[in-house]
Amino acid sequence: MSGLTLDRLAIDLAGKPLVRLSAHVAPGEVLTVMGPSGSGKSTLLAALIGALPPGFHLSGRLLLNGRDVTALPTQDRRIGLMFQDDVLFPHLSVAQNLGFGLRPGGTRANRLARIGAMLDRIGLAGFGPRDPATLSGGQRARVALARTLLAEPEALLLDEPFSRLDQGLRAEIREMVFDMARTLPVILVTHDPEDARGRVVTPLGDRP
Amino acid sequence: MSPAARLVTLSPWALGLGLTLPIAAGLAGTIAPALRGQGFAALADWPGLPGAVALSLGTGLVSTLVALAVTLLLIGCLQGTAGFALLRRVLSPLLALPHAAAALGLAFLIAPSGWIARALSPWATGWSQPPDLLILNDPLGLALTAGLIAKEVPFLLLMALAALPQADAPRRARIAASLGYGRAMGFALTTLPALYRALRLPVFAVLAYGMTNVDMAAILGPSLPPTLAVQITDWMTDPGLAHLPTAAAAALLQLALVAAAIALWCLAERGLAPALPALALRGMRGRTLDPALAALTKALGGAIAFGLFAGLAGLALWSFAGLWQFPDALPDSLTLKTWAKAAPDLAATSLTTLAIACAASLAALALTLAVLEAEARRARPLRIEPLIYLPLILPQIAFLPGLQVLALTLLGAKGNAAIVAVAHLLFVLPYVWLSLAPAYRGWDSRIGLAAASLGTSPARIFWTLRLPMLLAPVLTALAVGVAVSVGQYLPSLMLGGGRVETLTTEALALASGGNRRLIGATALLQMVLPAMAFALALALPRLVYANRRAMLARQEAG
Repeated sequence: MSGLTLDRLAIDLAGKPLVRLSAHVAPGEVLTVMGPSGSGKSTLLAALIGALPPGFHLSGRLLLNGRDVTALPTQDRRIGLMFQDDVLFPHLSVAQNLGFGLRPGGTRANRLARIGAMLDRIGLAGFGPRDPATLSGGQRARVALARTLLAEPEALLLDEPFSRLDQGLRAEIREMVFDMARTLPVILVTHDPEDARGRVVTPLGDRP
Repeated sequence: MSPAARLVTLSPWALGLGLTLPIAAGLAGTIAPALRGQGFAALADWPGLPGAVALSLGTGLVSTLVALAVTLLLIGCLQGTAGFALLRRVLSPLLALPHAAAALGLAFLIAPSGWIARALSPWATGWSQPPDLLILNDPLGLALTAGLIAKEVPFLLLMALAALPQADAPRRARIAASLGYGRAMGFALTTLPALYRALRLPVFAVLAYGMTNVDMAAILGPSLPPTLAVQITDWMTDPGLAHLPTAAAAALLQLALVAAAIALWCLAERGLAPALPALALRGMRGRTLDPALAALTKALGGAIAFGLFAGLAGLALWSFAGLWQFPDALPDSLTLKTWAKAAPDLAATSLTTLAIACAASLAALALTLAVLEAEARRARPLRIEPLIYLPLILPQIAFLPGLQVLALTLLGAKGNAAIVAVAHLLFVLPYVWLSLAPAYRGWDSRIGLAAASLGTSPARIFWTLRLPMLLAPVLTALAVGVAVSVGQYLPSLMLGGGRVETLTTEALALASGGNRRLIGATALLQMVLPAMAFALALALPRLVYANRRAMLARQEAG
């Protein structure tokens, strides 16, 4: 079955239930997990990427396009991740940041061409040699998105990705993210009702 | 402005001048005789010169390179794992271990008659007598290099761990992993550049120390010729004074060598710098590297921890050993004889060492606090911070002799504990600063703001809020200061003029003789003093803040 399936995913810490979720997110669908801070959002996020700290107890399964990825290390899951800050690497140029994301293989010229095409798509043609620090907030967010997508993930995880952007930009970046990720299952974690889209649940599986 | 506030405002000047003046005067005083006499000619005639120079460069560069590589491997391959937590807990206290004690421990371990040979003899080696092998003091300086690596990894590791949060390491690692990168490759491409920038000055300090140290080189290094620094010390402390010009010329050469090595290092940095971004563009995930690198890292980290701890255990055991003949793995009996016999001497030496350490550390702490407070009050970063590294990067042997002459002529002091404490201050200060500054600057300034809005004066904020809240890091900085002071060899030897006996000068004096029991006892005390200081630094805040949960949590986290 294609898409991302949370099969009775349950996470407890010291006997206290933090997450109770069962859901199937088909490609192109968005599942929004909403709740105030401390509600288990970041725990869920850590579990989805496979970075749950010791002490948490996880049960249930996480299936991605039919693969059981519950026990896989982060590197093998193919779940792309975007933080609320862009986390661009300041010592690399824009093109090198994208090259970091691009799956390995291909000649240098071929890779540069693919990076150039991606820059075109996000409206930043010619920005390859730029220092990320000289970009605006919106431009940085677009580069971060492009870097994530160049690794060809099979699902996308968004950790309050728009909360640092100002109102005008927010709508623009949001549309771009969902447009470019329209073939992927997307899980969006946020505390802001304005960002929510698709089905909306709390980490404990209730309606917010 | 109150007198106290004025003192705080002036303290950065005191720090800057206090560091640069003695060093400049010492350098001048060391170099002058070289220019007057036939120093350079005599130095050029010394047949050991090429060997000594090569040893100095080789042991310094190789040990620094390997220590840095091991440190980066530990952080890049193991950070976040249970093994790393264990290694960190094991290696951190070793920072407080004086160099001489570490070297003596290692010597007791690897010598032909050392613990390893005993443990393997005669059943595995067939030796019933210590073999005639030059494992210790080998002409290539391998034992010295190994000792330097073991001693510097804990230092670099601690500096790196302190710098990691600034490098945004956890999030970058997460991004790299979610893009499919292996642990080591992800670390190298995303975190290493920022981390290395923060490690540069400590690395230079390690390089300079590796090239110019006297205590470890005298114990583990070769003797014909010895490293340049050991030879200079021999010439300088020669009672006949005939070698003084040669020694001065050699000290100048030593300084040039350190400068050249640092320049070489910078050149290599520049050559290697474009490699990482180029690699990032290629997108190689490096997943296959991880298992082999992790295994290598565990082996190296384990070997270092084993070498240091087994060495220390050996020292302790020797100090209580009765008869302990060669192939026996353990002594026949344990006795307090060594301790009983040496107690009066060792007690006096320990007291001198402790007094000097406390004086130097308290002075360094007061100065550091004043300068950090001055920085906080003027809300601008200090420009003098790189100066703090000056005593760590300049070879001690290049300016201490000049300082000794200066102290003798200006103050007429023929070596006493006070002068030694002042000299120690120069070397204690950087470490106290490095230990305290991050916590001091990281203090939640909103608390100060809240207090100020209630009408509290800056002085009151400092004494009643900042200082008590920073009790744990302040005490840790003091303990670091004590550890550094206890470990100082050359300043105690030179400024003490042979009249001030500390545990370290005593250990070095004994090292050339064969009394392993006394060496063990002295080196053990060398470790016990800093260990006591650290134990106090850990225990006191827990006692004071036993009913303040948030303060204790802070300490756990820090």
